[in-house]
Amino acid sequence: MAQATLDMGVITTVDGTPLKTKLRQAERRNRLRSFGLVFPLLAFIMISFVFPIGDMIFRSVDNPVVAQHLPRTLAALENWDGQEIPDEEVFSVLAQEMRVAAEAREIGKVATRLNYDLPGSRSTITKTARKIRKIEEGPYKEVFIEADKDWGETETWSKLKQVGERYTISYYLAAVDLQRDATGNIISQPENRQIYVPLFLRTLWVSLLITVICLLLAYPIAYLMATLPVRYSNLLIILVLLPFWTSLLVRTTSWIVLLQTEGVLNDILVWIGVISDEGRIQMIYNMTGTIVAMVHILLPFMVLPLFSVMKTISPSYMRAAKSLGATPSRAFWTVYFPNTVPGIGAGSLLVFILAIGYYITPALVGGRTGQLISNFIAFHMQSSLNWGLAAALGGLLLAGVLALYWLYNRVVGIDSMKFG
Amino acid sequence: MAEPVDALVRFKEVQKSYDGETLVVKNLNLDVARGEFLTMLGPSGSGKTTCLMMLAGFETATHGEIYLDGQAINNVPPHRRNIGMVFQNYALFPHMTVRENLAYPLEVRKLGKAEIEQKIARALAMVQLEAFGDRRPGQLSGGQAQRVAVARALVFEPQLVLMDEPLGALDKQLREQMQYEIKHIHENLGVTVVYVTHDQSEALTMSNRIAVFNDGVIQQLAPPDALYEEPENAFVAQFIGENNRLLGKVQAMNGQTCRVTLDDGGDVEALAVNVDQVGARSTLSLRPERVTINPAADSVPNVFDARVEELIYLGDHMRTRFNVCGHDDFIVKVPNAAGHVVLEPGEVVKIGWKAEDCRALDA
Repeated sequence: MAQATLDMGVITTVDGTPLKTKLRQAERRNRLRSFGLVFPLLAFIMISFVFPIGDMIFRSVDNPVVAQHLPRTLAALENWDGQEIPDEEVFSVLAQEMRVAAEAREIGKVATRLNYDLPGSRSTITKTARKIRKIEEGPYKEVFIEADKDWGETETWSKLKQVGERYTISYYLAAVDLQRDATGNIISQPENRQIYVPLFLRTLWVSLLITVICLLLAYPIAYLMATLPVRYSNLLIILVLLPFWTSLLVRTTSWIVLLQTEGVLNDILVWIGVISDEGRIQMIYNMTGTIVAMVHILLPFMVLPLFSVMKTISPSYMRAAKSLGATPSRAFWTVYFPNTVPGIGAGSLLVFILAIGYYITPALVGGRTGQLISNFIAFHMQSSLNWGLAAALGGLLLAGVLALYWLYNRVVGIDSMKFG
Repeated sequence: MAEPVDALVRFKEVQKSYDGETLVVKNLNLDVARGEFLTMLGPSGSGKTTCLMMLAGFETATHGEIYLDGQAINNVPPHRRNIGMVFQNYALFPHMTVRENLAYPLEVRKLGKAEIEQKIARALAMVQLEAFGDRRPGQLSGGQAQRVAVARALVFEPQLVLMDEPLGALDKQLREQMQYEIKHIHENLGVTVVYVTHDQSEALTMSNRIAVFNDGVIQQLAPPDALYEEPENAFVAQFIGENNRLLGKVQAMNGQTCRVTLDDGGDVEALAVNVDQVGARSTLSLRPERVTINPAADSVPNVFDARVEELIYLGDHMRTRFNVCGHDDFIVKVPNAAGHVVLEPGEVVKIGWKAEDCRALDA
């Protein structure tokens, strides 16, 4: 052997260095260079993706407000059995801490936090805090109950104890329409406050519907794009991509122009006499509007993966099937269609995942009934400022998408997926 | 036209145009006998594949009729023609195993499960792939995929099998092996095969008859040996095998033979094949292996001085390039037999050939 010698089982180069060491040295430059090239992307993903998602998931369980401002009260409540209201000692500790918090103008945060889990308790805290600032010393128990009779209820105290937990699952419970009762058992929310589970179900159902409609519309288009002569197929590709290059807002608002009650489509229907002027159809600011506009916007995401898969299917497969005696429709379903399944999977997954988290279109054209879960996440982010609940809703959405991805991988296999 | 009793396929005055301006196939008349192995041979764009596709039903004839077993099939869709077909890239269904691929035509025909199993086993045995039934096409080598494609085209026992350059994707050694296998399958089954290729050695090896296509017209339809030995025009002579071309003008016609004066000087006595009158231009075709070096005096009518330009050693023979009568691309194959002549570049020797080996064809 001229280049490598076999010595004691270790392969070495001619000068005696072990081959593996030498190989590592030789490849180091290449590895460093590749890492240098990948680094900006890696940093970008870390900063813009991994960190925010981690922060969101943390926020959905993080619960610092009450624990920070009422630590001694919570300590005093540690051994409270929850059977009857606590004694004077606890009241006085709470009074002192509320006074401190009120002076630091932080009591509002505590009140808001308690209000999430016990609706109506915001005023209980703020009223009492105002009262306490006026008196110098106890006994406080009567003052509290006089300020708000809720202080005489054990539920107020057990809720206070619950929201005092440093980390909580109450946001997640709220996100699936559950809550904890005074003794900590998990029970459902009152009927009139159950909104998120129906909303999740509606979002899933609408996303599924949009995916199916997109698939039905995209399949023939992709087929034509893949099989027509180049000059026609190029035109089709441009037609599919053209909306892609138009602003999302422009596309959504043009649907408003088309579909509104005084819009183009209704005018035409009235003009040709299909509907009367009084019977104009409500096609926007409801679920119909959301579905129509979202199908239009998400269609290219279905067409392109399908097209890229169909492009690779040789026309001779269909010819072979026909020459073997299969009718054109049988040849299609037994030979062509099975080979497009990876494209269907990729396109459907893409459209479904995009649809499930879509925000701007439902916000613009959804009206009251066409809102999806993402709109409520935005509401809690921007209006109610209940970030914990927003994070929990977002976390559930993320978990749902990951579960779907896992399922898809199990059933179809992610390796066979083609995005183009 | 006399009706041959055993014509399985018949093209009658078939024309094909794609754009309405040029004809890809010009007035094709061709009979394929039952049990025959007929090859359509020609350069790309000569119309041979179009003919095959018309026969399979994937292209429609612009004019004329195609008959299969006496029935006009112009309006019969491909799936009802009962013609097996082997495609250039095999076209095995990638989502099915070999067994499922073979079962496909049988299931379409609604055969019983036991019968399907039996036919698949027989087809796999025929191509010696018994152990590969459960593999997918992607797991097969090129030669194995090719065999499966052949087996699939035959498993439903069609009377006619079409093959569209089926060996084009294989390497040379495998291609030659597959040629013999397909030839033997044809002989054993007695099925009629129409085979399209642009590879002349493939055509010569396998066929009963070869139809040489050029420019949408059959240039010559003949068995392989006749095609090589007796080409009827300059295109066929040039396309099949190696060939020395000498251009000239007919000087005199003497029955079977004629006298041609070459453009660069010298008179050649040649067999009059495709020349009709004195004064016509002609291409003389002469196979490199039919030229003798230093012929015995008066043994051949055509003897010329030739200068050795180049010698290429090819093992069994020496490929020698001469300069003869102003042509410096005159090739002679000198067999590497015992006691063969030893030539040196630059040396001038006499070469000669018989009149019947030199065919005077159209210009």
